[in-house]
Amino acid sequence: MAAPVADSWSWFPVLAFAVSLFKCLFINAYHSTDFEVHRNWLAITHSLPLSRWYYENSSEWTLDYPPLFAWFEFGLSHVARRFDPDMLDVQRLQHRSPPTVLFQRLSVVCSDLLLVFATRECCRCVREQKPSRDLLKRPSFILAVLLLWNFGLLVVDHVHFQYNGFLFGVLLLSVAKHLQSRHLQGALLFAVLLNLKHIYLYVAPAYGIYLLRSFCFTQDNTDSSVRWSSFSPARLAALGVIVTSVCVVSFGPFVLLGQLPQVLSRLFPFKRGLCHAYWAPNAWALYNVLDKTLVTLGVRLKLLQEAELPKASMTGGLVQESQHALLPSISPSVTLVCTLLSVLPAALSIWLRPRGARGFLRCLVLCALGSFLFGWHVHEKAVLMAVLPLSILAVESREDAGIFLVLATTGHYSLFPLLFTPAELPIKILLMLMFTLYSFTALTSLFSGHGSLLHPLEVVYLLGLVVVAIACEIVYPLTPWQQTLPFLPLLATSVYCALGVCYSFVRLYVILLRQEVKSKQL
Amino acid sequence: METWSLVSICVLLCVTVRWGVSLNSYSGAGKPPMFGDYEAQRHWQEVTYNLPVQEWYFNTTDNDLNYWGLDYPPLTAYHSLLCAHIAKLINPEWVELHKSRGYESSAHKLFMRATVLVADLLIYIPAAVLYCFYLSDGSSKKKVCTLLCFLLYPGLILIDYGHFQYNGVSLGLALWGVLALGLGWDALGSMAFSLALNYKQMELYHALPFFCYLLGKSVKQGLMGRGLFLLVKIAVTVVVTFALCWLPFLSDPSQALQVVRRIFPVARGLFEDKVANTWCSLNVLIKIRSVLSADSQLYLSFACTLLAVLPSSIRLLTKPTFWQFKLALVNSSLAFFLFSYQVHEKSILLASLPVCLLLNDLPLMAIWFLQASTFSMMPLFLKDGLLVPYVVTSLAFLLLSTYLFSALEHSSEDELRLGGYRKLFFCLPSLDLACIVRWKFYISIVAMAALTFTTVAMAPPPRLPDFFPVLVSVFAFLHFLGTLIYFNIVQFSSPPSRKSQKKNN
Repeated sequence: MAAPVADSWSWFPVLAFAVSLFKCLFINAYHSTDFEVHRNWLAITHSLPLSRWYYENSSEWTLDYPPLFAWFEFGLSHVARRFDPDMLDVQRLQHRSPPTVLFQRLSVVCSDLLLVFATRECCRCVREQKPSRDLLKRPSFILAVLLLWNFGLLVVDHVHFQYNGFLFGVLLLSVAKHLQSRHLQGALLFAVLLNLKHIYLYVAPAYGIYLLRSFCFTQDNTDSSVRWSSFSPARLAALGVIVTSVCVVSFGPFVLLGQLPQVLSRLFPFKRGLCHAYWAPNAWALYNVLDKTLVTLGVRLKLLQEAELPKASMTGGLVQESQHALLPSISPSVTLVCTLLSVLPAALSIWLRPRGARGFLRCLVLCALGSFLFGWHVHEKAVLMAVLPLSILAVESREDAGIFLVLATTGHYSLFPLLFTPAELPIKILLMLMFTLYSFTALTSLFSGHGSLLHPLEVVYLLGLVVVAIACEIVYPLTPWQQTLPFLPLLATSVYCALGVCYSFVRLYVILLRQEVKSKQL
Repeated sequence: METWSLVSICVLLCVTVRWGVSLNSYSGAGKPPMFGDYEAQRHWQEVTYNLPVQEWYFNTTDNDLNYWGLDYPPLTAYHSLLCAHIAKLINPEWVELHKSRGYESSAHKLFMRATVLVADLLIYIPAAVLYCFYLSDGSSKKKVCTLLCFLLYPGLILIDYGHFQYNGVSLGLALWGVLALGLGWDALGSMAFSLALNYKQMELYHALPFFCYLLGKSVKQGLMGRGLFLLVKIAVTVVVTFALCWLPFLSDPSQALQVVRRIFPVARGLFEDKVANTWCSLNVLIKIRSVLSADSQLYLSFACTLLAVLPSSIRLLTKPTFWQFKLALVNSSLAFFLFSYQVHEKSILLASLPVCLLLNDLPLMAIWFLQASTFSMMPLFLKDGLLVPYVVTSLAFLLLSTYLFSALEHSSEDELRLGGYRKLFFCLPSLDLACIVRWKFYISIVAMAALTFTTVAMAPPPRLPDFFPVLVSVFAFLHFLGTLIYFNIVQFSSPPSRKSQKKNN
């Protein structure tokens, strides 16, 4: 901020170090059951042989991440021993001594250094139209703040407790490698990422199509359609070797032990319901609400008999399948088809008309959003998978910046129910205000001189979010309904946010199609 | 980006940091029978809510003064009363007479923390924002940087939100006083300062500069004409403010006397615990408390304090400018801290506030002092279980302030205003004073880190259980003494010219 020399990067370490220190402030804050999940995994990987890792079930929080993440926990557990050896005992459920808390929190902060490094790489790739002397108006600075100080990551990782920062670090690093045209490194990183957390399969279509189209085919025709003759088997083989070797390292031992089906059944538990305990703001939330509304209307209008309806409890529990009362119930395969259909146009677009790494990035965001909107048992945290990569696009183009503001604000707000303890209420509100204020003012000043970034209707929608927030967080807990209908605010939050997320998805597609039309006209 | 959004983000960040610190433990958590300052504040709520005003400061069957008896001026008591009324609304158990002693619960902690935050949001933070915007030089970005560092000063955050006290109120009121004086509203300023004085008697550390500045200004305007009018106006404001604050106690002289006796507990000795002032440090060499009688200790400390304050006060009286005023505030509060009677380690906050005012003018020295002042309270933080927030906030402050002010680059002899030293030590060979200062800064920071580490990680020698706290306080004392000398010299050297200041920016 003290306006150092324009090209110097001296601000970056300061920004990164400051945010790391900031994260350490929340060491004693509330943490969710995910804290115990990861402690249990530390214990499992440390004190049990490999063959027991995916069978151990003393705790209800069994190991359900891919093997590389288990190895990561195994590595951490050797440091953990020096803090408190008791946390590595599988039978000590709910162990949370102060050294354990300190260690686990610090492990998140330290593993986030990878995110810091990835952010640095992404910032280097950002195109600057007019190098500004003012540091606060430089896209690379804004991007660094948007990624490092991201509200969602701060809240989910450092209060709620998870290791997303470091995983997103791998993802962003892989994106940065693609932006730098180092495709093999990018592919390697993504393969590693998939073996750390399989939720990133959501964006795998973007990677697959992009690498196949823009890396394995070395040349395009003049109308940028694929030139089949330029196919390079060597490149495909290289990709294949990379991906297979990573998978062999990760899953190989379990294949040898004959445990692959058990590992896979842990990784893909389809017994869980369509929606998570808190509804993620996606299409199914809207679908559920439609179902409920129809039922209520039907009962009111005497078209339906209440006794005949199946007992539907879609917010009720963590792991149970739900039934819809009127609309057809949704099975996992339906969600899979919907997801594939929703990402298909984006994938087709980068196949037919590749637009370089930035086109790939857009496709990645669309894949993430598509699977968030239509996936099975989606967590609200998964919206970060679209928000973070979109940050890169947002600092480069005006239109993306507008979409980013809508998506980030609604997506982040939908994370509010994650923190429900009164002591953390100020934290989530303050952090949200800080991040939203920054993203709005920074992006507006970055693209100043071209009018407002948002349509008036979008502004009205976002202002409505404030109303929803006040109603759900402050007014509702004071009313008597809090006791009888405690899930109503969650429902309102996810439905209202679902509108914004769906809208951003559509807008992103519109931009993509408009580019398509433009390039056809050329 | 517009300035307003930068300021809002700064304030939001600083508020988040405060709330983050407040998630940690407080003084005396789960330590019966006496608990700590947290229980003291809660007890005051209980006493003020349940007892009539006449009994607040007296030892009665319902008010055991030996158990955290009220020993702050009336405004604190009123504040406790206000909080108690809110507490009563939320949960009557919190302020029930006798039964609520030692009450601890997470909901109550949340309530107490919230009262601190609300007081801070109402008093301290707006004053800091206005000060940085109206009374510090430089571009608007520079002002935002100053504001950020001002609000991130770790000592105050850790004491108010960790240990648990309401220093933000008294310091904030004093800051309002400084602000008003800087803007030329002398009567309002003296009113704000009188309120500060009535909130916490320790604000007396700042009283002399306020008095000298206003007196000097009146004299300069001519004691026969406008100056007299100004003086009378200020005097009336102060008297009226005091009278209003003390109204319930004025009906009976014994009441007022008892309050005064409670506020100035002369019988408690020259110093308590380990505090980084002269007497405690001298105690390592000479056991003062056993050599001198209680009375002579009192006279000795009084004389020393007076001697230490006198130069800067006289200088301010003859040259009542705002710059001199700020320096005199530092010098006076530091002199009081180092030499006066019954000083607590937390009183260093009174010296830190005026040093914060100088962050923009003398960055390196201010940062150095602020860091040392936080460090001097380290044993207290460790006792309260605040190690992690202490380390985190100190590191963050050090990093941000040195970066944002480019403190280490801006440390030429001229910018450090070391010209005075040249005149003092003209016989010395020409040394690069700025370089020496910089190296001293590095060494001192490393030493602080090392001392923190050893205190945490190593057991003290068995025969000297207080070895580390004494080492810390002596080390901090040396810093404070050095700072006192430095700021006195700055005050007596020529004031900064507008021109050179512009150049620096």
